[in-house]
Amino acid sequence: MCGIVGFLAKKPEFVQSLGEHVVPMLTCMGDRGPDSAGLAVFGEPVESSLRRFSLYAPDRRFDWSAFEQQLATRIGGQIELNALENHAVLIGSVEPVRLKAWLTETHPALHLLSTGRAIDVYKDEGHPSDIARRYQFTQFRGTHAVGHTRMATESAVSPAHAHPFTAGEDFCLVHNGSLSNPYSVRRKLEKKGIRFETDNDTEAACRFLEWRMSEGDQLETAIQKGFEELDGFFTLLMATADKLILVRDPFACKPAVAVETDEYVAISSEYRALAHLPGVKNARIFEPVPEQIYSWTVSSPST
Amino acid sequence: MDRVIPLDLTRLTVRELNHFLHHDLPTGDAVRVEILNPNGMHNLAVGLDAPAEIDILGHAGYFIAGMNKRANVTVHGNVGWSVAENIMSGTVRVKGCASECAGASGHGGLLVIEEDASSRCGISLKGCDIVVGGSVGHMSAFMAQAGTLVVCGDAGGSLGDSLYEATIYVGGKIHSLGADAQEEPMTAADMARVSDLLTKAGIARDLKSFKRVASKRSLYHWHADAGQEY
Repeated sequence: MCGIVGFLAKKPEFVQSLGEHVVPMLTCMGDRGPDSAGLAVFGEPVESSLRRFSLYAPDRRFDWSAFEQQLATRIGGQIELNALENHAVLIGSVEPVRLKAWLTETHPALHLLSTGRAIDVYKDEGHPSDIARRYQFTQFRGTHAVGHTRMATESAVSPAHAHPFTAGEDFCLVHNGSLSNPYSVRRKLEKKGIRFETDNDTEAACRFLEWRMSEGDQLETAIQKGFEELDGFFTLLMATADKLILVRDPFACKPAVAVETDEYVAISSEYRALAHLPGVKNARIFEPVPEQIYSWTVSSPST
Repeated sequence: MDRVIPLDLTRLTVRELNHFLHHDLPTGDAVRVEILNPNGMHNLAVGLDAPAEIDILGHAGYFIAGMNKRANVTVHGNVGWSVAENIMSGTVRVKGCASECAGASGHGGLLVIEEDASSRCGISLKGCDIVVGGSVGHMSAFMAQAGTLVVCGDAGGSLGDSLYEATIYVGGKIHSLGADAQEEPMTAADMARVSDLLTKAGIARDLKSFKRVASKRSLYHWHADAGQEY
């Protein structure tokens, strides 16, 4: 059992208060997934010459200011580092491939959680309410967010095994369920030179979909191919820089409920995680049907 | 006039609520309990065994009114998975929609979903009657053994898969029938049965559109000669 949550703001005031709406959702779904949690937040993209990188240090006492100085000396270019606890968001002009190679060589313990122009990812071990408090999720602003609370069933409990998973740029995925063929998917992708960071089944789904997109598919087309390739149970919630997308497996084995108003779209595993949202009691609430792709696009400006 | 007992879930835990309903309901009087602020909470009004009227005012979560005996429980909103699971008697009414496995393995009584029910509605039904005002999702009445499922709208894929002796009536379209389920002619007795259940459910529909689905009974016995090709 795991919990998923998603939120997309349609009005500027909901962009400003995104974290306040999402944190009770995530905390409530802690009942479904108390061992680890994560949240991906999408905001106004940085300009095209820059990238945002979310970094995680297993050591809570990691010296981020020394790291920033090293970056300035060894990598150079424009660099801005905002660290909180053992997490940091780096905004820089460095090429993602170059940064990744440098991190692997000089800071192998650091984990690169996400890359893109709009995405920040936070994930860690522990109860979702503790993680939300540690990284101050209630302060977050953004157009949309995807969160996950994990009760591990098929691979280890670790920050790296927590969701959201990311691949490529500005793409993330959370999963409630279990895949039965992650290793065959993985073997196919590894032959194409795609590298995995964990033995988690969800990572296989995430990298499969990102591989299809890197081959030119739209996400919706990639998901259609995913229905043929991925075997098992899944409710998948995905986000790109401007979209929130939800699908359920052909048997709809894992739950999902969605609500849409003029002000926001909210998705969760269970209605009780949505019950606090403004206007929800009289809103259109629906259960997504199996194998249908539900997609919402960000329309409002993020300021 | 009924005496109304309000129970507010912003002040009571679900355990306290159910303890009250099991042990402290006044007897003898016409009593109605109003459960306030359900906010999607699970396991409300489960295991009741009293002729009580219970109104849940709002959307509720999983396993609402499970194992119900004698009580009449009405949810003024939607419910999550497995409403009225293993219902024995009494009536459970959902004014909105129900998620998956509504009425799962229900033995008796009546379950009414006024709007849509999701997949696996009436799975393993054992004698309960279910009336759905809207449509049902895939695999509904899977392995249903006894009782009735009346669907006023459409039925999703694999309806009545591996059906035993339960009967299904569908007013709208059937996306597909499951293994060993077949459409059969509506008799006068079928018409009377649907009419009676719709009356009990308080739902008015044109009886002419209803189709009967029951078991072919070809899966009842294992045929050694069939070579597993049923």
